Amino acid sequence: MSGHSTYEPQNKLLQWLEKRLPIGGLIHSSFVVYPVPRNLNYLWTFGGILAFMLGVQIITGIVLAMHYTPHVDLAFRSVESIMRDVNYGWLLRYLHANGASMFFFAVYVHMFRGIYYGSYKEPREVLWILGVIIYLLMMATGFMGYVLVWGQMSFWAATVITNLFSAIPGVGETIVTWLWGGYAVGNPTLNRFYSLHYLLPFVIAGVVVLHIWALHVVGQNNPTGIEPKSEKDTVAFTPYATIKDGFFMAAFLVLYAWFVFYIPNFLGHADNYIPANPAVTPTHIVPEWYYLPFYAILRAIPDKLMGVMALGASIVILAFLPWLDTSKVRSARYRPLFKQFFWLFVIVCVGLGWLGSKPPEGIYVILARIFTIYYFAFFLVILPLLGIFEKTKPLPNSISESVLGAKA
Amino acid sequence: MKMQRKIIVLALAGCIGAAIAPAVAQEHDTPTPPMLRWSFSGPFGRYDQGQLQRGFKVYKEVCAACHSIQMLAFRNLADPGGPGFSEAQAAAVAADYKISDLDDKGQPTDRPGRLADTFPPPFANELAAKAANGGVAPPDMSTLAKARTFERGFPWFVFDTITQYQEQGPDYIAALLNGYEEPPKGFQLPQGGHYNKYFPGHNIAMPPPLQAGQVTYDDGAPQTLDQYSKDISAFLMWAAEPHMVQRKRIGLQVMIFLIILAGLMYFTKKKVWHEVDKPSAIARGQDPKKTTI
Repeated sequence: MSGHSTYEPQNKLLQWLEKRLPIGGLIHSSFVVYPVPRNLNYLWTFGGILAFMLGVQIITGIVLAMHYTPHVDLAFRSVESIMRDVNYGWLLRYLHANGASMFFFAVYVHMFRGIYYGSYKEPREVLWILGVIIYLLMMATGFMGYVLVWGQMSFWAATVITNLFSAIPGVGETIVTWLWGGYAVGNPTLNRFYSLHYLLPFVIAGVVVLHIWALHVVGQNNPTGIEPKSEKDTVAFTPYATIKDGFFMAAFLVLYAWFVFYIPNFLGHADNYIPANPAVTPTHIVPEWYYLPFYAILRAIPDKLMGVMALGASIVILAFLPWLDTSKVRSARYRPLFKQFFWLFVIVCVGLGWLGSKPPEGIYVILARIFTIYYFAFFLVILPLLGIFEKTKPLPNSISESVLGAKA
Repeated sequence: MKMQRKIIVLALAGCIGAAIAPAVAQEHDTPTPPMLRWSFSGPFGRYDQGQLQRGFKVYKEVCAACHSIQMLAFRNLADPGGPGFSEAQAAAVAADYKISDLDDKGQPTDRPGRLADTFPPPFANELAAKAANGGVAPPDMSTLAKARTFERGFPWFVFDTITQYQEQGPDYIAALLNGYEEPPKGFQLPQGGHYNKYFPGHNIAMPPPLQAGQVTYDDGAPQTLDQYSKDISAFLMWAAEPHMVQRKRIGLQVMIFLIILAGLMYFTKKKVWHEVDKPSAIARGQDPKKTTI
């Protein structure tokens, strides 16, 4: 699907370079003449936003690392020192902390968009699975980054999450000791989390390259879910997609800046401004908002091992989505029943998020169980059956027909 | 289909209603701190210099007896956006403190504080702090105003993103200082505890720290418990977030820039996409300028 490159540099130096390393042609074919469906809506701008956010996180993170000290006695103090004494340190740290939230917000929009328009279906299975891998890496990176602050919530989140591995029969305890580098969450744990938190973003960047490569092989899906058939169905990446992505990114930055400059601690937890104290357990240990749905699933199940397995399954199941959804029609636009189950799924995910922030008692547990059942039923029962029983609406003949009407 | 949708909506509404009911019932136990007016709230908020100076006086004369504020340096008192002391005034404050240090011969000595020093803690270490305070070390106050909060609950926390309400910390601290009262009948107050209606669990180790008239204000502000608690809360907010004024000022500039940028990008996008969005008009040979974008 890569656009045929007609790139012929005028500049002598560029001509010389192009003969030896055709990088100009690669950029030209990937980001200039690359054909994109003409009917993409603004939900398709989130891919670019995510790439941008990864860049923001890496750059702010590298500068923060210059001032941070990964030691249990100094970590909290060094973060506060960044906030107080480093020039614009408060800006760097708030950009990074809220940047993680914006990154996850964008990835959730990106994923729900993929599900709604069936973007994971043949031939985009590998593209989708690479996305699931990026998401998993993001979760690991985000979790370890939150621990580095070494506040009360950092410490206890690290304790709770690493303890999940103790549910594995037989070797669980050994694995947890190995993860901690000791018999409790301590300095070795903080040090390795710091090391991995610095490493993983570059792994993410690598998988993102694969993700974009796979995208450029199969091309973008679009709101109709049918493949472009002629040149009339597509427009060139530049200027059309570039300017559209640029506009929406600027709009997204307004949201980001709102959080950074006006409500920078809204998404955080007050307890994380108390230095970590292994002797005092907070009343409610809650993870960052972007893990809450999975935390709710974990706690909905009374058995620890089963809970951990459900937690893992709830993420891994995403990778099997291309084969669980049996419908030949991609876009929810032409799938009236799927559309309803999809929105119910969104409500259930948001609901699980809310339940994850509540104490696991009374009605909250019952609701979390109902929602957990729906979460898994959506993938394991509803999607496979819908493909067989759902009566889909007729598809348009082409993208341009759907945009311009049958007359054009 | 309509019926099906209605049932789903009703079931969801029922679930949410049932979930909120017990949460509301629990909150009757501990009242929500009243939302106070703060000069530093909202997008244009700034600290009130007079209030910070009064709050600092309350800290120095009352709180500092038990609470450390170790991340605050004397030089911070003269930082822009803060209490507005001159450098000389801040240095004079520092000189009143004794800082443990080593002299040229490596012998322990107490020297007068300098601008670069941080406020020395009232106790030598945490164990000493615990021993002197009935087994509970008084928390350090450097980040206290950001480390204290109360549950906002749905849907208020959603509205807070728009209204920018984020003064739970100072609201809670001010309420707590006014929240001491006689325990209700049947409440078993443990030995050495004090009843405070805003404190989670109501049993707080700290005795009521402030009384009217305890600290002398020289700017004519009322010397009441209510005024003291507001002033110290504002001071603690500044101590926890000393660059807030700069943050909000830059925030406004960034917002204006981004909104103009997004607007320009939007119109550029419309222009660029014109021929794609209106191919029939262009095909009919109309002047693109005369077609409405």
